[in-house]
Amino acid sequence: MAEELEKVDVVTVGVGWTGGIIAAECAKEGMSVVGLERGKGRSIDDYYMIHDELRYAIRYDLMQDVSKETISFRNAPDQRALPMRQMGSFLLGQGLGGAGVHWNGQTHRFLPYDFEIRSQTIDKYGEGKIKDGMMLQDWGITYDELEPYFDHFEKICGISGEENPYSPRSNPYPTPPMKDTPVTDRARQAAENLNLKPFKTPSANLSEQYENPDGKTINACQYCAFCERFGCEYGAKTDPTITVIPTAQETGNYELRTHSNVVEVLHQDGRATGVRYVDVLSGKEYIQPAEVVVLTSYVMNNTKLLLVSDIGTPYNPETGRGNVGKNYCYQINAGSTGFFEEEQFNTFMGAGSLGICVDDYNGDNFDHADLDFVHGGVGSVTQTGQRPINTNPVPPGTPSWGREFKEKSIHYFTRHLGIGFQGASMPYRYNYLDLDPTYKDAYGVPLLRMTYNFTDQDKNLHKYLSQRATEFVKEMGADVATEAEELGDYNIVPYQTTHNTGGTPMGDNPDNSTVNNYSQMWEAENLFVVGASTFAHNSGYNPTGTVGALAYRAAEGIIRYSKEGGSLV
Amino acid sequence: MAEESTDNKMSRRQFLKNSGYVAGGVVGGGIIGGLVTNQFQSGAPTQDQSQQEGGQATQDFSRALTYFSRREDFDVLSQMTELIYPSDDNGPGAIELGAAFYIDKQLSGAWGHNAREYMQGPFHEGEPTQGYQSRLKRHELIFQGIQKVKQYSQSNYDASFLDLEEEQQIEILTAFENGEVEIDGAPNEQFFALIRAATLEGVYADPLYGGNRNMDGWRMKEYPGNKMSYINEIDSGEFYDEEPSSLNAHMDQ
Repeated sequence: MAEELEKVDVVTVGVGWTGGIIAAECAKEGMSVVGLERGKGRSIDDYYMIHDELRYAIRYDLMQDVSKETISFRNAPDQRALPMRQMGSFLLGQGLGGAGVHWNGQTHRFLPYDFEIRSQTIDKYGEGKIKDGMMLQDWGITYDELEPYFDHFEKICGISGEENPYSPRSNPYPTPPMKDTPVTDRARQAAENLNLKPFKTPSANLSEQYENPDGKTINACQYCAFCERFGCEYGAKTDPTITVIPTAQETGNYELRTHSNVVEVLHQDGRATGVRYVDVLSGKEYIQPAEVVVLTSYVMNNTKLLLVSDIGTPYNPETGRGNVGKNYCYQINAGSTGFFEEEQFNTFMGAGSLGICVDDYNGDNFDHADLDFVHGGVGSVTQTGQRPINTNPVPPGTPSWGREFKEKSIHYFTRHLGIGFQGASMPYRYNYLDLDPTYKDAYGVPLLRMTYNFTDQDKNLHKYLSQRATEFVKEMGADVATEAEELGDYNIVPYQTTHNTGGTPMGDNPDNSTVNNYSQMWEAENLFVVGASTFAHNSGYNPTGTVGALAYRAAEGIIRYSKEGGSLV
Repeated sequence: MAEESTDNKMSRRQFLKNSGYVAGGVVGGGIIGGLVTNQFQSGAPTQDQSQQEGGQATQDFSRALTYFSRREDFDVLSQMTELIYPSDDNGPGAIELGAAFYIDKQLSGAWGHNAREYMQGPFHEGEPTQGYQSRLKRHELIFQGIQKVKQYSQSNYDASFLDLEEEQQIEILTAFENGEVEIDGAPNEQFFALIRAATLEGVYADPLYGGNRNMDGWRMKEYPGNKMSYINEIDSGEFYDEEPSSLNAHMDQ
């Protein structure tokens, strides 16, 4: 029998970027907030041995223990879904700070086009541009409305960057861009030669020490090369554990409970009443009642908790009805790798957001009239710090083991550069999330089932961007350029990206969306669902900048709701 | 076999160029193996010191087996790692780097027993896009695979795998790589793919795990290992040519 605890104003399910932002803003307003985090606590003290590729980058020490909880997966509804037994395609976070601890820190804003993608596509190209099954929708908010929230999140992070001509800003970046290196100089030059508009990657690895508006200090990046999949031992990569979480704690209104795994959102008559959770150390169950419940876990669990708690209407791909589980999107990795015979690069140095980007092939920044796809992707030449187990580049036709493999993988380890494009992902009718009928997690709750495959839209976009990538790599002076292979079926094994989105999409009315533009659920007004699960589609960028902006807007909505009640739109 | 390839000569072209031995010493923090047992002993002498002094390796107590119970199985594994990552002009191969000892230690631990992976049934064969679906744990798959390598060698070459010529051994590995040999309970290709991946780990992981002996895997690849900062070098056009250091450097402080 679960023990019922004292009611609080706000409970958040998960304590990463979104849970931390909601906690900080609500606790500053004097609201009582409890944060439930299924993993353990962590801080800079835990990163003493962080420069360990095997432990953190290959064995995923900071990430989700999938023996306890995973998802099941199939490419299409007529396949049997099977559990994702090992992580691969994407890396789910776990523990205080969530995936915000082991991100690279590349902090873009989605484009104005993204938020009005359906209207703008139809206006410019006509209805016919939206292919059968592509469920393109506007987000119910414009870029201009969201700009102040982008600006605030970037100030909380202290983002280091320089102007991107396609991304209008009200204020300059809080800190100057990161250092120029021979790799970024070469990429900038190549971009200029191709008449593109290069800009330094907007970076949460800071170019200089910075104090944010909450009074939290973020240190200067040392370019030690261990960002992605690692925590920062310098406190120089902005993450929730050095910013919003301590900000919340210092108010005295915030209680953080680690090892607390939420298994159900409780509700009655269209209102959430609290959550039921398991203390994973003692096995004891608790009920935490709250005036406002906020789902602030990752894409997968935000969606799963609504489905297992029977809140909202599950999406049905046959009828098109329901909005929970809809619009699951991913991204595609287009690109090209160049091999250099005469030059050697310090590519084992770097930082997660050290690089040069081009946005000329992103969004609708280029004309799509004669192209067989919509949207595009940001191209990035990064110097994130390459590591020897995972990086064994060999030119095409080289065996994958033996003498020749050894010789060439050693030779090219420091003699290759590439450009990668993060291709945007559009929602499709048969790409969705629901509950698995067979497999369960360690707490007896059904696994989330993912049905997903790449579409012709993805394949066409991938091909186009990879061709642009090869042009770019040749312009950088590569002797040999190897273009990414054509996209086949989505495969959950090789790592691709942890930019999963959708499942609880945002929109301007309850017929096409789960939440409104304050991340407030249409069907339960005191339940907020925050994070990339609310993206109506996925853009061609890293998502965290947009996640942070939407979280600050959600926090404003929760504070307003606690005073006024009712729907915020 | 392990004993036949443990020569520690530093006479190879590329390796010499990259090695700190030529420059007259190894910066602190380097160590040959031994770390698994030594890391908590403060003031324990490092291998590097003894090599600089007399060229004699100190006894490495971690060079024993935690998983394999038969010497022959370990020797077959060792030879497989060497074929995947052979000794050459660049420097040592997988055996000398200790990759097989690394794999042995991994097999008896969390990785070998799939401790952080979803291993609940029911088990069904899936599409390749659905990933690993076998009920076999890694240690079971590798143990079984090694028995198959021995049997395949006997039935096709009428000799022990370890007694074959290198070309014949490569033929056998190629057959396993291509999935031509039946493995019970898992897709045939999985066994070789796992050994290949583990070999590269054993060659390039921090030496604290028992492979990448003396950081020589890193030296060959001109990878400097664990450095706390590149802020003074990141914008330089010069290639960074410093001795590598391992995580052991932190324990010395």
